[in-house]
Amino acid sequence: MDPSALLAVGQTALELGLICSLTVLALFLSYSMLNVCDLSTDGCFTLGAAVGAMVAASGHPLLSIPAAMLAGMCSGFVTALLQTKMGIDSLLAGIIVNTGLYSVNIAVMAGSSLVNLNKADTVFTMVKDLLAGTPLENQYKTVTAAIAVVLTVVFLTLFLNTRLGLAIRATGNNPDMVRSSSINPVFTTVVGLCVANAFTGLSGCLMAQSQKSAEINIGSGMVTIALASLLIGTTLLGRGSIFTRAVGMVLGAFLFRLVYAVALRLNMPAFMLKLVSSVIVALAISVPYIKAQWPTIYRRLSYKMVAAARKGGD
Amino acid sequence: MLNISHISKTFNPGTVNEKKAITDLSLHLKPGDFVTIIGSNGAGKSTLFNAVAGSFLTDSGSIVLDGKDVTFMPEFKRARMIGRLFQDPMRGSAPGMTIEENLALAAGSGGWFSHVSPADKKRFRDRLALLDMGLEERMKQPVGLLSGGQRQALTLLMATMNPPKLLLLDEHTAALDPGTAEKVLKLTRDIVAEHKITTMMVTHNMNQALELGNRTLMMDSGNIVLDIKGKEREGLTVKDLLLKFKAGAGKNLDNDRILLS
Repeated sequence: MDPSALLAVGQTALELGLICSLTVLALFLSYSMLNVCDLSTDGCFTLGAAVGAMVAASGHPLLSIPAAMLAGMCSGFVTALLQTKMGIDSLLAGIIVNTGLYSVNIAVMAGSSLVNLNKADTVFTMVKDLLAGTPLENQYKTVTAAIAVVLTVVFLTLFLNTRLGLAIRATGNNPDMVRSSSINPVFTTVVGLCVANAFTGLSGCLMAQSQKSAEINIGSGMVTIALASLLIGTTLLGRGSIFTRAVGMVLGAFLFRLVYAVALRLNMPAFMLKLVSSVIVALAISVPYIKAQWPTIYRRLSYKMVAAARKGGD
Repeated sequence: MLNISHISKTFNPGTVNEKKAITDLSLHLKPGDFVTIIGSNGAGKSTLFNAVAGSFLTDSGSIVLDGKDVTFMPEFKRARMIGRLFQDPMRGSAPGMTIEENLALAAGSGGWFSHVSPADKKRFRDRLALLDMGLEERMKQPVGLLSGGQRQALTLLMATMNPPKLLLLDEHTAALDPGTAEKVLKLTRDIVAEHKITTMMVTHNMNQALELGNRTLMMDSGNIVLDIKGKEREGLTVKDLLLKFKAGAGKNLDNDRILLS
């Protein structure tokens, strides 16, 4: 691989990693903090993409950002309501919302499964115009995504250290303790999922505008990809302050995309991405468990071996 | 301070597992009362605490705390007036968060978007120093790293950060080793005395039940069978107490964890 090709690989990984890291940060809030595995992430990502694309296509690229975030927030609100007020298991609540969002997303895209943004202004083209003539002109996608990520990381660091943020973190850690601090865990779950899904929506919105189209399958498998990135990030920078951990999430998203981009260069077919992410998630979650089980397995094996040897010797 | 009148609670009503946990129980506590509670297995001690704290709503009767009817108030709202410690030292704090963050949440000062201020930090530090466990030097460490005794002491601090109207102690030293239990108990005494908090404490230590506080209740089959206070309580020995229980409940005290000495 020649250097310029390597650079291009890195560039793509950085750009995609940054955009996807917003979803990873959303899961950082719902999965790591609230201890809720939000399976509506795929649908919510697509919702953000659809809403963002439609608003941008109608000539309001700037408005597309808050619109997509608001749409994501609504989706998070429904997921939270189902699991806190209607007694639906959190995994099932996510799946239900995800299924429902498929129809909602097609409806948002005016009945079509694809919205083209080739001729429309997007936030990316706006940044491109702004950067015209500066050395960063060709990096406009990375710059736009980086701004969004920096703002999100700063927001999360500040937010998770407020009283509300602490309460949200405690909800996933020990709901009993939240209740005894006179805070309603239902409230913290609702707020947490709303904020998390706003970022998932933003992530989808930026993804659609960066690739100049939104289609109904843009978010499929996103939750697994984001979880894989999250687990890589946790392994790298899992301890320390919220800021460190949030940076770890972004790094995880970048590394995941980098490994994937390199694998593509080595002629791995593109359709393998989802299998790779599934394997990473399965491995990352199961390895600590297997490690803990290892002494027992080892002892059983050696016990059997000694017994077999003794038998052979007789 | 606390006025419980005629509360009842039946679990799994109408099934083979029906259990009348509390039947027509009434209790009145004066401000500053420190009540110790003993009783047989399944006498309804924890159920009584759950009813007062609002873990479930009672089937009948009413509960008035500090002049406020809390009969239908949800648990998290009552928590503003009630501090509670459980036997399990892990139940009262969030292991993944630091000591400081746990205290900040318990202190609950400021609005939703307020951060921990330097003044708060100093206050937490001073309070932690009172525990004499060196925790004030470990404020940035996750609570999960603390021992059971340290966590229970921290929970006590958290529960009394804003002195509650009522403190419920459900065998809160039972899971600790004797030395640590002694220490946590002394802290409890000091804090309760300092803020004159009305306290209810379940214990299975008969001596403790007589030594601590100014009133002792004995429970059996979902009701209070013995209520000893004032002159009657002075000079009472464990033996007297057991005899009284037999007279009150019509049977021997049957608790497999009771400590007589």
